[in-house]
Amino acid sequence: MTVEILARVQFAFTVAIHYLYPPLSIGLGMALVMMEGLWLKTGNPVFHNMARFWTRIFALTFAIGVATGIVMEFEFGTNWATYSRFVGDIFGSALAAEGIFAFFLESGFLALLLFGWNKVGPRMHFFATCMVAFGAHFSAVWIVVANSWMQTPAGYHLERIVNGKPVVLPADHVVTTADLTSVRAVVDDFWAMVFNPSTIDRLTHVVLGAWMAGAFLIVSISAYYVLRKRHLDFARASLKIGLGFAAVASVLQMVSADFTAKGVVRNQPIKLAAMEGVYQTAPRTPMTLFGYVDTKKETVVGPKIPGLLSWLSWGSIDKPVAGLRDLPSAEFLRARHPGASPKEFPSLRKAYWPNVAAVFQFYHIMIIVGVALLGLVVIACYFWWRGWLFDTSRPLTRWLLLALVFSVLGPQIANQAGWFAAEMGRQPWIVYGLLKTSESLSRVVTANQIVTSLVLFALVYALLFAMFIFLLTRKIQHGPVDEEDEMPESWKALIRTTPRA
Amino acid sequence: MILPDLNLIWFVLVGVLFTGYAMLDGFDLGVGVLQLFVRKDEHRRLFLNSIGPVWDGNEVWLVTGGGALFAAFPEAYATVFSGFYLPFMLLLCSLIFRAVAIEFRSKEEWTWWRQFWDVAFSLGSLVAALLIGVAMGNIVRGIPLDADHEFAGTFLGLLNPYSLLMGITTVLLFAMHGAIYLAMKTEGELLEIVRGWIPRLIGLFLISYLLFNVYTLVDVPWVLETVRARPHVLFVVAANVLIVLNIPREIHKGRPFYAFLSSCTAMALMMATFGLTYFPNMVLSSPVPANSLTIINAASTQKTLGIMLVIAIIGVPLVLAYTASIYWVFRGKTSLTKHSY
Repeated sequence: MTVEILARVQFAFTVAIHYLYPPLSIGLGMALVMMEGLWLKTGNPVFHNMARFWTRIFALTFAIGVATGIVMEFEFGTNWATYSRFVGDIFGSALAAEGIFAFFLESGFLALLLFGWNKVGPRMHFFATCMVAFGAHFSAVWIVVANSWMQTPAGYHLERIVNGKPVVLPADHVVTTADLTSVRAVVDDFWAMVFNPSTIDRLTHVVLGAWMAGAFLIVSISAYYVLRKRHLDFARASLKIGLGFAAVASVLQMVSADFTAKGVVRNQPIKLAAMEGVYQTAPRTPMTLFGYVDTKKETVVGPKIPGLLSWLSWGSIDKPVAGLRDLPSAEFLRARHPGASPKEFPSLRKAYWPNVAAVFQFYHIMIIVGVALLGLVVIACYFWWRGWLFDTSRPLTRWLLLALVFSVLGPQIANQAGWFAAEMGRQPWIVYGLLKTSESLSRVVTANQIVTSLVLFALVYALLFAMFIFLLTRKIQHGPVDEEDEMPESWKALIRTTPRA
Repeated sequence: MILPDLNLIWFVLVGVLFTGYAMLDGFDLGVGVLQLFVRKDEHRRLFLNSIGPVWDGNEVWLVTGGGALFAAFPEAYATVFSGFYLPFMLLLCSLIFRAVAIEFRSKEEWTWWRQFWDVAFSLGSLVAALLIGVAMGNIVRGIPLDADHEFAGTFLGLLNPYSLLMGITTVLLFAMHGAIYLAMKTEGELLEIVRGWIPRLIGLFLISYLLFNVYTLVDVPWVLETVRARPHVLFVVAANVLIVLNIPREIHKGRPFYAFLSSCTAMALMMATFGLTYFPNMVLSSPVPANSLTIINAASTQKTLGIMLVIAIIGVPLVLAYTASIYWVFRGKTSLTKHSY
C-alpha cells in the first residue's frame, strides 16, 4: 500500500513538473511558425524580431522539457515493472515510435532553429521551425495514443505463456494477481490500438490545451510590455498574434471538451460520474457548477443546473447519466466476484470508484479556468475591436492588461488539473477495466528507494523551476532587441516595409 | 519463404541504438568530463558550443534505445530498470544537470553562476558516463535474477569492483572520444591544449581497457567459455585492438577526423564483441543462468516485433538523413556568436 502510494506520488510529481514545459513548446512552436511565416510573407522586420525573441523563450522551455522528459521514458520500468511486462507488447511501440519519429525530428531541426540563423537561408530556417513544431505535435500524438490506450484499451487480446508457448485467453478473462507472472496483453490490430476510442478526442483536447499554454504565455508577456509601455511595436504585434491564437484555441477547446466528455460518458462512466459527483442515477441529471463532494452522505454541495448533464451527455434531458451507486454494473460484479450476493454489491462497488472528491475538484477547476480564459479572451477581443486594447490611458484597459498578464497561469492550472482528473479518474485501474494500479508496481522496488528518488527529484526540480522562472524573468526584462544589424544580407533582402508605428 | 528472425533483428537494432548513443552522446559526455580542465571562460564556451547544436539529438539515441527495448524486450526493460532503480535515478539526475547546465551556463555573466553550471555540466557528464559503464558492467557480469526474472540483488551489489572498473573505463573512453572530437572543433591556443591531452587520455584509456579485459577473463568465466565455442569472435577482437591502436596513429599524423572515426568504430566493435558473446541473452542471470532473460523469453510477440520493424524501416533512414544534414550544416571549427551558449 505504502509503496503503491509512493510510486504514484513520485510518478505524478515527475510527470506533472515535466508537463509544465512541453505544452509551452508545442504552443510556442506553433506560434513561431506563424511569426516566421508572416515575416517571410510580409517582409516586416517586426515579425523577424518576434520570431527571434520568442525563439529564445522557446529554447528555455524546450531545454527543461527535454531534461525532465528523459525521466519519463524510464519511469515505466523503474516504478511500474509489472505493468511494463504486462503491456510492453502494446505500450512500448508507441513510446519507441515517439522516439524515432518525433524526438529525432524535433532535436535535429531544433539545432537549425536555434543556431542556424546565420548558417542557412530564411526559407530553410522556416522549414526547420515547421519541423520542430511538427515534431512537438507528433510527440504529443504518440504519448496521447499510449495514454489513451490505458483509458480505453482496444486492438489487443490477453495471452498466457505456458511452457514458453502463448495460449490465447478469452476476451472476458479476469486478470488476477496470480496471473501477473504468466499473462500479458498483446497487440491484435496496431491501428485499432492507435485509434482506440478515446485517442482522437483526447489528442485534440491535449493539443488545444498546449496551444492555449503557448498563446497565453505570448499574451501575458506582450500585455506586460504594453502595460509598461516598453517595446511597443513589438508588444502590440505580439499581443495581436497571441490573442488571435488564444481566441481560436479557447473556442475550439470548448468544442473539444464537449466531445471528450461525451466520450468519457460512453467509455468510462465511473470516471464521468466521479468528475461530476453523480451518485444517484436519475433523469434530468443536473450539472454542478462548483462545490464539493460530501462523500459520507454521497451528495454534492453547490449550485446545480437541472438536466444540463443529461443534455450534454446524451442530447436529451430525460436520459439519466449513470450514478456511482449503479457503477460498476451488476454483470461486471458478478463476473469479478462469483460468490458475492447482490446485497454485497453496494459495498463491493466502492472498491472500483476513484477518489470522487478529488476527481470532482480537479475536473471542475479545469472547467472553471477554461471558461474563465474564454471569457477573458472574448473581452480582450472586444477591446481590440473597439480599439481600446492598447489605450493604456483607460483604467479598464489597464485592468484588462493586468488580467492578461496573469492569464498565463490559467492554461497551466487547467492542463494540470485536467490530467489529474483524467489519471485519478481512471483509478483503481492503470489500464481501465483490465489491470489495477496496485498490481502494476515494480515488485523489487522498496519504499525507501522511492522516497530517496522522490526527495532527489523534488530538490532538482525545485532548482530547475526556480532557474526557469529566474531566466524567463531576465529574458523578459531584457526584452526583444533590434536584431536587424545581426541579420545576414540574404535576410535583409527580405525587408519590404517599415515597421508599423 | 524464409521468415526473418525478428528476435535477432531486434537484438541487433537495440544494440545499434545504444551503440549510436555511445558514439554520439559519448563525445558530449567526454567534453563535459573535460570542461573543468580548461580555465578561460572563452574556452569553456567553445567547449559547450562545440556540442551545442548536436547534444540534444545525440541524447535521443538513448531515449529511443530505451523505447525500443521497452517495445521489443519488455521483460528486459522491466527487470533492468526496476532492478537498477537507484543508479538509474542518479543517472537521470546527472543527465538533467548536464542538459540544463548547457542551456543555463552562459545566460548570466556572474563568475559564481558560470562556475556552478560548469561544475554541474562536468559532474553530470562524469557521473552519467560512470553509471552507464557500471550498468553495462553488471549486465556483462550477470546479475542475480529469480525464477520470475525479477532482480534479486542489492544496490551495493551493483557497485562491485568489476562494474566500477567498467565505469572508469567508460569515463576514460568517452573523455578520449570527446577530446578527439574537440580536436576537430577547436583551433589555435585551445587546440594546442586539447592536443596535449589526447596522448595521455589514450594512454589512460588503454591501461584501463587492458585491465578491464584481464579482469573479465578472470572474473567472468562465461566469457572465456563462449569465446572457445565461438572462436570467430576473436576476429572482431583483433579488429578492435587494431582500430584502437590506430587512434594514436591518426592523432600523430594530425588527422583528428580519422581518429574520431576510429574511436567510433572501436565503440561499435566493442559492442559487437559484447553482442556476439552475449547472444542470445538479454540479461544474464548469475549465479543461476537458467533464470536469464533471452531474446526469446524477454521478447514481445512476433506481431509487435514485425510492426516495430516497419516503424524502424521508415524511421531510421529519416533519422540518419537529418542527423547527417545537421552535422554537415554545423561542420568545421566552432566559433562564438551572439546566439552561442
